Amino acid sequence: MSHAFAPGRRAIAWRLAAALLAGYAASNGLAIGLAALLPGGKAEAVLAATMLSFLLYALAVLWAFAARTPGLAWLGLLLLGGLGLLPYLWLDLR
Amino acid sequence: MKSHFRTIMAWLHTWAGLPCGWLLYLIFLSGSIGYLDTEIDRWMNPHFQIGVHDETADQRAATALARLQERAAGAARWFIVLPTDRNDPLVRILWTPQAEPSGATPRAGSALLDPASGQPLTSQHSLGGQFLYRLHYQLHYLPLPLAYWLVGLCSLAMLVALITGVIVHKKIFVEFFTFRPGKGIRSWLDFHNLLSVSSLPFQLMITYSGLVFFAFTYMPLVVVAHYGLDPAGRDSFASAAFEAGESYPRSGTPHELAPLGPMLRQAEARWGVGRVNGIDIRQPGDADARVLLRPNQDSPLRSTEIMVFDGRNGALLGIRPAVGGVAKAMHDLLLGLHEGLYAGPWLRALYVLSGLAGAGMIASGLILWAEKRRLRVERTSGRAHAGLRLVERLNVGTLLGLPIAIAAYFWANRLLPAGWPPRAAWEGHVLFIVWGLCLLHAAWRPVDRAWREQAWGAALAYAAIPLLNVLTCVRHAPSTWLAGDWVFAGFDLATLAVGLAFAALARRLGRRQPAEGLRA
Repeated sequence: MSHAFAPGRRAIAWRLAAALLAGYAASNGLAIGLAALLPGGKAEAVLAATMLSFLLYALAVLWAFAARTPGLAWLGLLLLGGLGLLPYLWLDLR
Repeated sequence: MKSHFRTIMAWLHTWAGLPCGWLLYLIFLSGSIGYLDTEIDRWMNPHFQIGVHDETADQRAATALARLQERAAGAARWFIVLPTDRNDPLVRILWTPQAEPSGATPRAGSALLDPASGQPLTSQHSLGGQFLYRLHYQLHYLPLPLAYWLVGLCSLAMLVALITGVIVHKKIFVEFFTFRPGKGIRSWLDFHNLLSVSSLPFQLMITYSGLVFFAFTYMPLVVVAHYGLDPAGRDSFASAAFEAGESYPRSGTPHELAPLGPMLRQAEARWGVGRVNGIDIRQPGDADARVLLRPNQDSPLRSTEIMVFDGRNGALLGIRPAVGGVAKAMHDLLLGLHEGLYAGPWLRALYVLSGLAGAGMIASGLILWAEKRRLRVERTSGRAHAGLRLVERLNVGTLLGLPIAIAAYFWANRLLPAGWPPRAAWEGHVLFIVWGLCLLHAAWRPVDRAWREQAWGAALAYAAIPLLNVLTCVRHAPSTWLAGDWVFAGFDLATLAVGLAFAALARRLGRRQPAEGLRA
């Protein structure tokens, strides 16, 4: 579309890796935590969180390219995934 | 403020779409045609006389049970699919062996039963519509796990392209009504927007539900985190989430299975005669056997009511409702909407058209990418870079080459010698060989000529199918039209219409000036 945004190859490679790898980690971390919080029984919560994880993954991909720098893309996603895991660590593994 | 964010989203929309575009086009095209799978099965197996053997559910179940006893005694699960509507023209049997001690998933088996003899079909005359349907998620020639992950990655890219596409377009409502034909790139953009906006809910549903089909393949970690890594944990999740918490262990004491007839009659009293679609037998031949009956699906909700019987004495143990929890209902609704098994002829037609709109959306996106860059090259009178030349040729060879290859698949069905043992497999090979030839042709010819020639090729390949059918098949026009043989008459009409559409495209391409056409 517009050509005002033309990142270099290295930056694209880092962002793509962040989108696919850190995005996968973030969406799974958030979904695992979400499953610990959702009501309606464990199996229902796990099913709902697994289904929602694709939306989270897609949004993580958006973030990986919208973040100001590739480093921030990685950092943001890994932090988000780690934060997402907290309810699970707190409630399930206690 | 034309925000920086929107610029980035536009960039992401372009680059999420392009690399996955051709595979997504294959997925959408073959998936759309897959909504007509059993109709195509029948056209490709004209010797089958479906529906002339008017047996009762009892007789069919008895035959199927005898075949399962021969093939899979001692299995953990038998499943009989009875014909109830267009989705299952033939009786099908499926079985799952007992779990291996190692925890490995045992190899399941299945067979279709010949309506005339009641025996399993051994030699396959044609791969049928099922081949095109399976192509959209299993691809071909590839190991299944690799195919599933490739399709999953493309689906994620599609989801990202849909979300970014919505973000990019401020005036999404206006674009519903905007189409300026004959204006080169502007027209392709209008076409892309019109198709995408008008079918957006369908595209979002079909993409997301496609991912949900393989949710536990792509995203296994949530289950692992909450249920543990071992198969027992996986089983306990599957039982809790999908079997209303029940499991079906073997007692070890053999016991003959109670007759199915009385169970079927109770089910038909509840759902109506001829509506029992699935007979699910857990631990057949065991004292703890269970028989689960379900009706055919008549709504977008994929799950149905289930009647659970004691397999030892045939007593009704309970009726499981179609809707349990919210999450499972959402899951079953998404899958049911994706499959469209509940859809009657008109809704089915709408499914096909919506899917084709998706294919058109992807195709116009790919063409736009190339057109924009070609225009820039011409303005600066520079040379097209290798990437542009590659995309232009992949566009011709796939956007038109794949439809031609699918037509060739139908031609192969009528022209390959009957009774030649590998003929069914060769129908599939012909599709890929012809696609490969179209790609070669696109690489060899000047691009604008390649577009025109392949459009004419597609027009001819489809429009001549009714004629091919007259020459090679006893069930042909006009007798099929007069007799109301709607599968055959409809196939003629549909291929003729597709052929004419390609002819119109070819004429349009022929009239275009090189500077504004699909591109030189």
